[in-house]
Amino acid sequence: MTELSMTQSAHPKVGTTGADAEKRLKARYRAEKRFRAYGLVSIAIALLFLAVLLASIIAKGASAFTQTFIELPVTFDAETIDPDGSREHSALSAADYRTLINAALEKKFPEIAGDRTAKRDVQRLVSQGAELELRKMVLADPKIIGTSAEIWLPASSAADQVLKGNAAHDESSGLSEGALAKLDLLKAAGTLKRRFNTYLFTNGDSRQPELAGLIGAVVGSFYSLAITIALSFPLGVAAAVYLEEFASKNRWTDLIEVNINNLAAVPSIVFGLLALEIFLNVLGLPRSAPLVGGLALTLVSLPTIIISARVALKAVPPWIREAAQGLGASRQQMVMHHVLPLAMPGILTGTIIAMARAIGESAPLLMIGMVAFVVDIPATPVDPATALPVQVYLWAASPERAFVERTSAAILVLLACLAVMNATAIYLRKKFERRW
Amino acid sequence: MISEAQSTTPASRPASDAVKMRATGANVYYGEKHALKEVNLEIKSHEVTALIGPSGCGKSTFLRCLNRMNDLIEGARVTGEILLDGHDIYDKDLDVVHLRARVGMVFQKPNPFPKSIYDNIAYGPRIHGLAKSGPDLDEIVISSLERAGLYAEVKDRLNEPGTGLSGGQQQRLCIARAIAVSPEVILMDEPCSALDPIATAKVEELIDELRENFTIVIVTHSMQQAARVSQRTAFFHLGELVEVGATEKIFTNPQHKLTQGYITGRFG
Ligand SMILES: Nc1ncnc2c1ncn2[C@@H]1O[C@H](COP(=O)(O)OP(=O)(O)OP(=O)(O)O)[C@@H](O)[C@H]1O
Ligand SMILES: [Mg+2]
Repeated sequence: MTELSMTQSAHPKVGTTGADAEKRLKARYRAEKRFRAYGLVSIAIALLFLAVLLASIIAKGASAFTQTFIELPVTFDAETIDPDGSREHSALSAADYRTLINAALEKKFPEIAGDRTAKRDVQRLVSQGAELELRKMVLADPKIIGTSAEIWLPASSAADQVLKGNAAHDESSGLSEGALAKLDLLKAAGTLKRRFNTYLFTNGDSRQPELAGLIGAVVGSFYSLAITIALSFPLGVAAAVYLEEFASKNRWTDLIEVNINNLAAVPSIVFGLLALEIFLNVLGLPRSAPLVGGLALTLVSLPTIIISARVALKAVPPWIREAAQGLGASRQQMVMHHVLPLAMPGILTGTIIAMARAIGESAPLLMIGMVAFVVDIPATPVDPATALPVQVYLWAASPERAFVERTSAAILVLLACLAVMNATAIYLRKKFERRW
Repeated sequence: MISEAQSTTPASRPASDAVKMRATGANVYYGEKHALKEVNLEIKSHEVTALIGPSGCGKSTFLRCLNRMNDLIEGARVTGEILLDGHDIYDKDLDVVHLRARVGMVFQKPNPFPKSIYDNIAYGPRIHGLAKSGPDLDEIVISSLERAGLYAEVKDRLNEPGTGLSGGQQQRLCIARAIAVSPEVILMDEPCSALDPIATAKVEELIDELRENFTIVIVTHSMQQAARVSQRTAFFHLGELVEVGATEKIFTNPQHKLTQGYITGRFG
C-alpha cells in the first residue's frame, strides 16, 4: 500500500509542481473562497433578520416611551375636595377629583356648558390618571387647596394614539367628531405636550393603557430570577462537581448523564406542569407567586447549568489535578482551591446564559398562574405577580390600540435586560479568564 | 498475592535503615491490561534510583504506585505490597494525603499552578498546616527556592505568576514546590524531557544535591542521565523488572541480554 502510493507520488503528473498541480491549487483556492463566502452570507442573513426584528420592534414601541399631556386650568376647589375643612388624609384621598377636571375642562371650553354630549366628548380626552395626579398633588401639599394653576395632566390613550398617528383621525379612534375637533384646538393652542412616559416604569398593570406600567412585571421577574439563581447555581455547580470530580464512571452515572442531557431538551411547559403539580397541588404554595415561578424556572435552568458547569470543569487540564493531589491535597481541596476557580468563568457564563433563558420563559409561568391581571407591585416573593414575558403576552392579547405600542415597549425592556445579562457574562469571562 | 507477599515480609518487621521503600509482588492492571507484573524492588535511603526501559514498559506506572497516584486513574488496580519505612502504603488505615506529603512527585511536564511563584510553593505547607502565613511561610518558600537553585532568578518576582517562567525554571519551581512540604521521598517522572541541555544540567546538579536530604526515584529515557545522577538503576521491560543493581554495574556489566541490548541502543 505504502509502496504503491510512493510510486504514484513519484509520477510527474501528481507531483507538487507542473500544470496539473497548479490547476489543483487554483481549485483549492476557489473552494476556500466559496467556503468563506458561504459563511459571510450566513452571517449577513442572520444580521439582516436581527436588524429587521429590532427595527420593527423599535418602530412600534418607541412611541410608548412618551405620553401626551394636556394643560388645564385647574382650581383646587375647597368645597369639592374637603367640604368639612378637616384636611384629614382620608377625606383628601377619598375626594372627587373628577369634578375638578370637569370644571377645568368647562373653563377651558366655555362653549360646552349645558351640552351634555359635548361635555362627555371633551372628558374623553383626559385620562383617569389625571385624577390620581391631582390627588397626589393635594396629598403632598394640602396648602394648594383653594388656589388655581395651569397643570399638565395625562391625556387619554385614545387622544394619545391619535396624536402619535397610531390611530386614524376619525371615529375609529374611539373619539367622536366633537372630541377630535377639540383635540385639534388644543394642539393648535400649544396646550398639548409629549413627555417621557414615567407611568411605564412606575406603575403596575392597568386596564387603562395610558396608566399601564411594567414595574410590577419587572419586580415579579426580579424575584423569580433571584430565587432561580439562588437555587440553581449552587445546586447545579454541586451536581456538576460531584459528577465530574467525585462520582466513579459507571452505568449509573452514565444514566444520570443521559437524563440530564434529555432534561435540557424538555419543553419548558412540561416543567411548568411539574411545578404546578408539586409546588401548588402537593406542597400548597401560593398561586401566581414569584416564589413558585422561581422554583419552576429553577427546574428549567438546572440542566443547562449542570451541563455547562461540567463542560467548564472538564476543560480544566488534568495536570492541575495531578499537581494538587501530588502535593497531598485532598480531593475536596483540589476542587475548591484549583479546579473550581479555574472553571468559574465558564460556569458563570453558562449560568448567566441559563438565567437569560429563564427571564424570557413564559410557558412555565403560565402554568403556575403568574398570568393574572395584577395591579399591585409585589412586595414579597409570595405576593401575586406577573413577569416580563407574561406581561408581553397579556398586553399583546389586549384589544386596546394603545397596548400595541406598549407590547413592543415591554419587549424592548426585556431585550435590554437580556443585553445587560449577556454583557455581564462576557465581562465576567474576560475578567476571570486565566491562561495556563 | 497479597497474603503471600505478607508472609515473606510482614508489615511489622522493622525496615532496615538503608531501605526506604520496598515493593513486593507489585502488579498493576489498567482494566484488563496487565501493565506491571510481579515487581520486587527496593528503594534505598538517600540514593537516587533510576528507572529505565523502553517506552510503555511500565516505569511511570511503577513510579505512580509509590505515592498511590494510580488511585486517580479510573479502572486502575494495584495488588501486592509496597512498604514505606516498613508500613504498607496501600493499608486501609493509611491516609493517602499523608502519604503524598511524605512521598512527593515531580511530573514530566512542568505543571505550576496558575498562581504566583510564592503561592505555588506556599500551597503545600499551607494545606498541611506546616505554616500558616507570615515569616514562617516566607522562610519555607525562600529556603525551598534556594534548595531548588531558583531563588536568585526569581527573588524579585515572587508575586508574578509561576506560569510566566521558562520551562526549566518552571520545572525547578515544581521541584521547589515538592521540597516545600519536606517529603522523605521525591518521585520524578522524566523531569528533564521538556528541558534544554543547560536547564537539564541544572536540574541534574540539583538532584545530586537533594540526595543528601531526600530519597529520589527518577524515570528517565536518557542513559547518560541515569548514569550521571543515579546510584542504582532498575531496567523494566514489558511490565517486568528485568534487572536492578548499582548503576555502574548495570551500565558496564549488565547480567541480562535485554538490559545489554537496551543500554547499547539495540532496541528501545
Ligand atoms: N491510564 C491508563 N489506562 C490504560 N493503560 C495505561 C494507562 N497508563 C498507562 N497504560 C499502559 O500501561 C503500560 C505502561 O505504561 P507506562 O506509562 O507506565 O509506561 P512508561 O514506561 O512510563 O512509558 P514512557 O516511557 O513512554 O512514559 C503501557 O502499555 C500503557 O499503554
Ligand atoms: Mg512514562
